[in-house]
Amino acid sequence: MPLTGLEIFKLLPKTNCKKCGMPTCLAFAMQLAQKRAKLEDCPDVSEEAKKLLAAAAEPPMRKVVFGTGDNQLPVGQETVCFRHEEKFHNPTVIGVTVSDKLTGGDLKKRIEAINSLQFERVGTQLGVKAIAVMNDSGSVDNFAAAAATVKQSSDLALLLISESSQAIAAAAGKTKESVPLLASAKPDTADEMAKIAKENNCPLVAKAESIEQLSELTEKIKAEGADDIVLCLDVPNLRDRLYNLSQMRALALKKVFRPLGYPTISFVEDGDADQQAAQACGLICKYSSIVVVDTVEPYAFLPMLTTIMNVFSDPQKPVQVEPKVYPIGEPDANSPLMFTTNFSLTYYTVESDVERSRVPSYILVVDTEGTSVLTAYSGDKLNEKTVADAMAKQNVENLVKHRKLIIPGYVAVMSGKLEEATNWEVMVGPRECSMLPKYLHEVWKN
Amino acid sequence: MPVPEVADSFTGSVNRVTLGATKDSGGTRTSTVTVGGARNVVYGGSIEDASEKPVIAMDVLDAKPQDWPDTLAEPYKDVLDSPGDWAKKCVAEFGAEVICLKFDGIHPDKADLDAAHAVKVTEEVLKAVGVPLVLWGCGNDEKDNQVMPKVSQIAKGQNCLIGTVKEDNYKALTAIALADGHNLITQAPLDINIAKQVNILASDMGFPLERIVTFQATGALGYGIEYAYSIQERQRLAALGGDKMMAMPAICDVGYESWRVKEAKLADAPGWGDVKNRGPMWEATTAICLLQAGVDIIRMRHPRAVAIVRNFINQIWQ
Repeated sequence: MPLTGLEIFKLLPKTNCKKCGMPTCLAFAMQLAQKRAKLEDCPDVSEEAKKLLAAAAEPPMRKVVFGTGDNQLPVGQETVCFRHEEKFHNPTVIGVTVSDKLTGGDLKKRIEAINSLQFERVGTQLGVKAIAVMNDSGSVDNFAAAAATVKQSSDLALLLISESSQAIAAAAGKTKESVPLLASAKPDTADEMAKIAKENNCPLVAKAESIEQLSELTEKIKAEGADDIVLCLDVPNLRDRLYNLSQMRALALKKVFRPLGYPTISFVEDGDADQQAAQACGLICKYSSIVVVDTVEPYAFLPMLTTIMNVFSDPQKPVQVEPKVYPIGEPDANSPLMFTTNFSLTYYTVESDVERSRVPSYILVVDTEGTSVLTAYSGDKLNEKTVADAMAKQNVENLVKHRKLIIPGYVAVMSGKLEEATNWEVMVGPRECSMLPKYLHEVWKN
Repeated sequence: MPVPEVADSFTGSVNRVTLGATKDSGGTRTSTVTVGGARNVVYGGSIEDASEKPVIAMDVLDAKPQDWPDTLAEPYKDVLDSPGDWAKKCVAEFGAEVICLKFDGIHPDKADLDAAHAVKVTEEVLKAVGVPLVLWGCGNDEKDNQVMPKVSQIAKGQNCLIGTVKEDNYKALTAIALADGHNLITQAPLDINIAKQVNILASDMGFPLERIVTFQATGALGYGIEYAYSIQERQRLAALGGDKMMAMPAICDVGYESWRVKEAKLADAPGWGDVKNRGPMWEATTAICLLQAGVDIIRMRHPRAVAIVRNFINQIWQ
C-alpha cells in the first residue's frame, strides 16, 4: 500500500539540509508521496528507510511471468475485486494437461490437439496458452522426457506438475529456456523446490491446504530466494475453492497481506467437458489467474476463452468493431444496405438479426467512437455528414445498383437531411433490430 | 501464520422473495421457492452470508416458436404447440422448480394472439404443473397492457412473478399485480439509474419493495455479458450498502439471449466443435458467468444447459 507523505517523512533524516532541492524534508516527503521526486535525491537516507519505502511501493499483487516468445504470459498484478472499478489487468491463462504416461504417437497426438485449440471470434484471436505436463507416471525419466517432447512440439507455455522435487529438477533442467512454471512446492518440499526454481530461474507454485498454511509457505519460499510465486489452494470442492479465491483476493488487495500477494492457479480435472467448462468459467470470473483443464473438446473452450475476453475487457472503453461494410450471407448488387454504429454490442445485435432473416445484406458500420445509435445521435457523432462520409469512404455506390439506404428506426428524424446529403432514398427501418427479419421480408422485398 | 480478518462493513442485504402460493395460502401451487437474502457479494464473507440457492425458471412459450434452432427445439418437439404438456415435461423430466410462461405469441409482429388465448394458456399451465409461475409479457407495451392484466387476474392468488414493467410503461401492470397478489418484475435497459427509478415508480404506486424482482436486461456471453455482469455486481453492492431501492433479487433471461447468438446456432463453423454441444454449452456458461456476479432467478431453455447449471449451483449451495 502506498505510504502517505507523513509516513514517508518519519523515515527521512529530518535535517532539512536542502540537498534534495526542497526547502524541507516534509516538502520532499510530500513530493515523494505524489511520485514527483525520487528517493535517490536524498543523499542521507538510511538503508532501512530505503527498504521500507521500496517495499511499500510494490504492487499489492505481484506480477509473475512464465513462458517465452508469443506465449510469454504475465499473470497477477490485479488491483481491484470488481471489474467496474478498474480494468482487470492480466487475462486468465488457460492450460491443458498432458500426461507423462503418454508416449510416442499418443503423446504427439495429444500435444497436437492442444496446439489446435485456437479460435477467431469477432476478429480476435483466442486460444489455449499453456500445456501442463503431469507426472502421472511417477517416473522421473518419463516426466523429463515428456516435458522435453512438449517443449519441442509446441510453442505454448509450459507448466511442470509433480510432487517430486527430483522429477521437477529433471524436467526443469531440460526445459528451462522456456521458463516453465514449476508446480508445486508443498510445506514439506518448500526448500528443495524453491532451490530448483531459483537455480533454473523459473516461477514456482506454492500449494497448501489452507490459507494460513499457504501464507506460511510463501514466506518460506521467499526466504529461500524465490520471489515469483503462484498460489494453489489444495481443497477438493468447488465451493471452498471459490470462497478461498475471493478471500485471498481481498486479503491481498484490501489488507495488502503480502504473503498472499501473488497470482493464483486452479486445476479442473474432474467431470466431463461440460462440467469442466462450467467450473472453469466460474473460476475465471472469480479470480483464478491460471486455470488448467483436462478436456480438449473445442466446444468447451470457446465459451471459456470468451468469458476471459469479456471479463477482462476495459469497462471504461466500449468495445468497437472496425468501421467498414460487412457482407452478411452472400449479398449481391440488389441486396439491401443498412447502417449501424461501430459499438460492438450494437453491431453484433444487428448482425445476428440480419443473419436470422436469411436475407443476404450489407451492413455499413459508421464510426461513432463506439457509441450506440441513440447515444451517437445525441452526441452528434451520427448525423447526415458522418453517414455520407462513411458511404463515400466505403464506396457503397459500387456495391449495390439501387440507391436505397435502410436506417435505424431511432434516427428516423435524420431522413430528410440524409436524403439531401446523399441523394439516396432513405428507408426507415425498425426501432428494435429484432424486428429486422420481418422488415427485410415484408418491407424491403416489396 | 495469523491471517488478517477481512471484515466487510455491509449494513444492508438483498430482500427475500417467495414465489408460489400453496393451498394454505389460497393458491393451488404444490411447491414454493424463496430467492434473495444475500448479505455479502458472491463468495464474499462466510457461507452463511450467501443468498438462497438461485433457481432456474424454464421457459415455456404460449405459442409454437418459429425461429428456434434445431438443437433447442429437439428436446421439446412433441410439446412445442401445447404449453401445458411443455410445462409438464419441464417439471417431470427436467426438474424445473419454476416455469416461466413467456407470451411471445401475443406480439403484434409475431402471431398477434389475443387476451383470450393468453388466459387459456395460463389456465392450462396452472393446471398442468404445481410449481410457481413467472408470467412474462411480449415486450410490446400496448399489447402487454391489453393482455397481461387479464393473465394476472386468471392467476390471482397464485403469488406469481409477473412482468415486466418499465420506466415509461408501469402503471397498468403494477396496479393489477398489486390487486391480484403477485410479485412484480421491474425492467431497465442495462442502466442502473433507470433500474432504481422504476423501483421508485412502482413503490410510489404502493407496490411493496419486498415483492419486486429486478430485470436489468441480459447480454449473452460474447455479446455484452460484461455490462450485465457489472450491473449485477453494482446492484448487489448497492443493496449491501443499504439502498432499499436496489435491494431486490435479480432475474436474468439467459435462454432467449444465448440462443440468438452465432456461437450457439451456427452449424457450419469448422474448429468450433459440434453445434449440438456448443449451443447448450453457450447457454450454460452464460448463466454461470451471471451467477458469479449475483443473480437469483435464471430463465433458461435447453435441458442439458439446465442440468449443467443446476450441477454447478448444487456444488456451491450445498
